[in-house]
Amino acid sequence: MAKTTATKSPLIRIAKREDISRPKAWLIRIAAILIALLVDGLIIFAIVHLNPVAVYQAMFSGAFGTARRGWITLRDAGILLCIGIGLAPAFKMKFWNLGAEGQILVGGIATAGCMIYLGGRLPAPLLLLVMAVASIAAGAVWGLIPAAAKARWDTNESLFTLMLNYVAIQLTSYAVARWENPFGSNTVGVINQNTQAGWFPKLFGQTYGLNLLLALILMLAMFVYLNYTKHGYEIAVAGESHNTARYAGINMTKVYLRTMVISGAICGFTGFIAVAGSSHTISTSTAGGRGFTAIIVAWLSKFNPFVMVLISMLLAFLGSGATEIASRYNLNDYAAQMIEGVILFFILGSEFFINYRLIFRGKEERAA
Amino acid sequence: MSNFISLWQAAITFGTVILFGALGEILTEKSGNLNLCTPGIMYLGGIAALAGAFFYENGNPSPNPVVGVLVALLCCVIASALGGLLFSFLTITLRANQNVTGLTLTILGSGVANFFGGSMNKLAGGVGQISVATTSAAFRATTGLSGLGTVGKLLFSYGFLTYAAIVLAVVLSLFLNRTRKGLNLRAVGESPATADATGINVTLYKYLATCVGAAVTGLGGAFYVMNYIKGTWANDGTIEGLGWLALALVIFASWKTLNALWGSYLFGILYWLYFYIGGLTRYSQELFKMLPYVVTILVLVITSMRKKKENLGPAALGLSYFREER
Repeated sequence: MAKTTATKSPLIRIAKREDISRPKAWLIRIAAILIALLVDGLIIFAIVHLNPVAVYQAMFSGAFGTARRGWITLRDAGILLCIGIGLAPAFKMKFWNLGAEGQILVGGIATAGCMIYLGGRLPAPLLLLVMAVASIAAGAVWGLIPAAAKARWDTNESLFTLMLNYVAIQLTSYAVARWENPFGSNTVGVINQNTQAGWFPKLFGQTYGLNLLLALILMLAMFVYLNYTKHGYEIAVAGESHNTARYAGINMTKVYLRTMVISGAICGFTGFIAVAGSSHTISTSTAGGRGFTAIIVAWLSKFNPFVMVLISMLLAFLGSGATEIASRYNLNDYAAQMIEGVILFFILGSEFFINYRLIFRGKEERAA
Repeated sequence: MSNFISLWQAAITFGTVILFGALGEILTEKSGNLNLCTPGIMYLGGIAALAGAFFYENGNPSPNPVVGVLVALLCCVIASALGGLLFSFLTITLRANQNVTGLTLTILGSGVANFFGGSMNKLAGGVGQISVATTSAAFRATTGLSGLGTVGKLLFSYGFLTYAAIVLAVVLSLFLNRTRKGLNLRAVGESPATADATGINVTLYKYLATCVGAAVTGLGGAFYVMNYIKGTWANDGTIEGLGWLALALVIFASWKTLNALWGSYLFGILYWLYFYIGGLTRYSQELFKMLPYVVTILVLVITSMRKKKENLGPAALGLSYFREER
């Protein structure tokens, strides 16, 4: 009898794990990242026959080798973090906002427009304020449109926001063609190069000090908003089950609209930081795929802003590091994306081992 | 007239790229897997086809075009099916979120493709841009019928993959609507629990549909590389845009492959229209290029307003199925 049941049970069974201790969960995640780095090392070795350790050392010096490089890595991490923070409330209520890319771009267009038309006409603090408000408004509208359709007709939001990205990209191309400088270059060039009107001022003597301060404020504000306010609670309930939320008397239309306005506004504001605080120009690559990368940042961190910092730092480190090895070993920049992809896959896969455990055949008989 | 002919030809060539993408995606989505990595898979298929042809042509002083085409197609199908397998393993076996996994695969696919596309020639010891002239010419070869005046130009002036896509759209339509296996597949996408209860192997169907769908999607990438940009590589992100447009086409076609067929050519016309309308400035052209996306948004909103069941996607689209969690 026992023999027949033994042959019938599959080799590996999967059971849900309810309570995994936090250190153990983190151990699994760190192990996943280490294995991913190992796999990346093997890939690098297979392609270019370089010692992976030397390559990682080169990446580290590319990301943190000098103070300037360190600040650029921090700046990139800051922007990724801001987008992730913007996406967190939408994703927490299971609203698939894949439109961060577009929301950043419209925020960037609004910012660049203000810099071009108002630069030199307003005092610097007022100009920055106008730029910020314009970018927030643009991003909020871009987030509100799909949310309204979702609330009213239950339109699929992931595809709607995805399409809006391309509308925004074309708007950006239009703006670039309109504002091109010098004429015929098809780029906007550095805006207000001489006057620096609308550029972020230095903070604590650092060019990117203000970028980081803004990211930090957003992070703390979002942490409080999601965890300690009524709005945050409503988002959490809606994310677990829309029906439960309706039953509990939560007005889902209101929650959709409000949350997406916030989400879009923060992404638009990130466009402001990216244009006024970092590149001082606008192009279709101002968002540069970071709107998508940030989705993974937000998801993997389970919407915890502090974990987002770690993941953004990891990704920004990979980005700067890969640029360095690309120039040092004469490869192209896309090596970064490849390495990033492998690491993200391993982290995604590791979530399975945190949520489930494998039971091999015969194990339980011995236990019993 | 010649303007119309060249618009038509541009639209068909453009349409075929996204038609392959959309056909593969429809097959995948019918199994309930919302695979957001269409661009990533198209990247993988494109670069694999190019790499296969490149190494074949590089190793042979006088490459045979037929062998080149076969090598390219085989590499393309294998690479994109592997992409589909990776997605299936993570979402079906490891139960990762489909949207997030799809986006990650897009990052990986575009990284791999652009990395190798940009540096393969250098790695192989060559200089300058990668190019596979012989194979690409074979992909674009036409029959004698293309010489038949206007009709020949309109109907017979394309490479063989263009016609393969049309045949595939018809075959897939028959498969999904007229065969037992197609019915089973649709059942898996509509209600996996019900399908499971009737004895359909849900996991197997999902795996197969996703991998085969990915292989079809990958052909779009191969077509882009071989026919659209004639056997070279460009790191300009065009494939990514086309991949998302293929995803849009799936909605536009309301998950029907025959609708995707004419829809893809319509998208092609909308996309290239700006080129043939006189008096547009360079910046108003950019606004015109929005058209396919705006049309898709309108279709998306209108179908959701009408709420006709047959125009909506599979009911269990994007949801993972765990037998234990019913």
